Amino acid sequence: MDLNEFAAYGYFFLVVFLVVGLYSYIYHLYKNRKDATGVDYEHYSNMALHDDIDSTPVKPVSHEKEN
Amino acid sequence: MENRPLEYDYTVAKMFMLTTIILGIVGMAIGVFIAFELAFPGLNTVFGEGLAEYTNFSRLRPLHTDAVAFGFTVSGIFATWFYVGQRVLKVSMAESKFLMFIGKLQFWLYVIGVAAVVVSLFMGYTTSKEYAEFEWPIDIAIVVVWVLWGVSIFGLIGIRREKSLYISIWYYIATFLGVAMLYLFNNMEVPTMLATSPAGESAIGDWMHSVSMYAGTNDALVQWWYGHNAVAFVFTVPIIAMIYYFLPKESGQAIYSYKLSLLSFWGLMFVYLWAGGHHLLFSTVPDWMQTMGSIFSVILILPSWGSAINMLLTMKGEWQQVAASPLIKFMVLASTFYMFSTLEGPIQAIKSVNAIAHFTDWIVGHVHDGTLGWVGFMIIAALYHMAPRVFKRELYSKSLMAAQFWIQTLGIVLYFTSMWIAGITQGMMWRAHDEFGNLAYSFIDTVDVLHPYYALRGTGGLLYLAGFFIFAYNIYKTWTSNKEVDAERLNASPMGA
Repeated sequence: MDLNEFAAYGYFFLVVFLVVGLYSYIYHLYKNRKDATGVDYEHYSNMALHDDIDSTPVKPVSHEKEN
Repeated sequence: MENRPLEYDYTVAKMFMLTTIILGIVGMAIGVFIAFELAFPGLNTVFGEGLAEYTNFSRLRPLHTDAVAFGFTVSGIFATWFYVGQRVLKVSMAESKFLMFIGKLQFWLYVIGVAAVVVSLFMGYTTSKEYAEFEWPIDIAIVVVWVLWGVSIFGLIGIRREKSLYISIWYYIATFLGVAMLYLFNNMEVPTMLATSPAGESAIGDWMHSVSMYAGTNDALVQWWYGHNAVAFVFTVPIIAMIYYFLPKESGQAIYSYKLSLLSFWGLMFVYLWAGGHHLLFSTVPDWMQTMGSIFSVILILPSWGSAINMLLTMKGEWQQVAASPLIKFMVLASTFYMFSTLEGPIQAIKSVNAIAHFTDWIVGHVHDGTLGWVGFMIIAALYHMAPRVFKRELYSKSLMAAQFWIQTLGIVLYFTSMWIAGITQGMMWRAHDEFGNLAYSFIDTVDVLHPYYALRGTGGLLYLAGFFIFAYNIYKTWTSNKEVDAERLNASPMGA
């Protein structure tokens, strides 16, 4: 197997890997609905809707700074 | 010291809003002028034979493209980043003297870079690579500006209160990383001063003239990997970042599906980088690579429409807002034009269609319904949404905004319809031949036939520019008006009649 053939196989399997990865991600998102920390993905929209500096964060950083 | 409540600090955002508008006017005005030069070639020397070197189409064309892409659009990206970034991360730039300094430094270096670009391109210094015309010292300056922007992005993320990164932040980060990678690789170049001739002479070149480190077909491949992904990471990714923030915020509607926004993001990142080969169909590039460029371009419809449909569905049940607010109109039409140009692009990338479309004005039309309709409208809408919040004034005039919307929409329609007809006419005429294979037309025949469409295109561009002046006036009057807004509106921006 010369380098070109090797590269072609490598390219093919990379594409397959990425396609499987992307579809697994889609399946994961819609099946679980919530991320690992228990927040429904759809709640993240609130980061834009409630974005005043004193709005409550959807998920605050653990050591919240003093204002 | 007075103990004031913490507020977002829009100093740097305001600076970039200013360059967005100024460079928008400059870039679009040059565009309109060169559009009319194509229709009426006498304009090439309208300022006198002596100045013709500086006012001819070929000298001005890169000034137009670079001013609208790296001036207007990139300023718009920076302006919105310094606004949206703070808000969705819930941290103010006033909290970090360092980030404030970096932001201002980035702005002033950017202004110096722009000045150097304008002067050097006018003087005729160019690397001759499309959208990468800047000579190497300017490239280095641009890299510094970009790194400073990266410091701002990751610095702000480092001091955030909101742990999760909103989808717009993902897109801004992708813009930063994508452009950094593309720009570095495509601008690898050597000043000819360092070259040695075959006869062994050295120091015969010029410090301000460089050649690409790649040669021939490889150079073309790297160039169009760059060129098409400049469309991806300057005209698409950051504009999606904007619409994912500004449309939900202005309309008060949550994104239709946040999950769809996430998977469209990864889909776009996965597919876009492979599509550049469609610029080199029927060239000396290996055939498989051309086919790959075609196929990935067609697949690109999926993630693009994923974002665009997500935006349109965000307005579900709220369509009265589109009728009522010219600001929402800009954004809804922007996402519609995004759908339109991301369908048109893949069609043009199909080999058999490309055989007609390649090198014709249809391509120019395609670029402009994307940039005028999608990029331009979204940046305009973003600045309209930001203006009352950064200046703490009511938007000066809703009716002027509506007038601008309709004038510019008409301009875009004239632009792309004339270029469709011109492009397909051109493509068909170039291919036409008799039974012996002799070409039916000479090049000048096509030039004659296309004249009315070129005049129409110039008119379309002029209407868009006129609308842009209305925009600049409206923002200026908002900035200087005395109609202060006490409390910031949660959603719909306050507008005067």
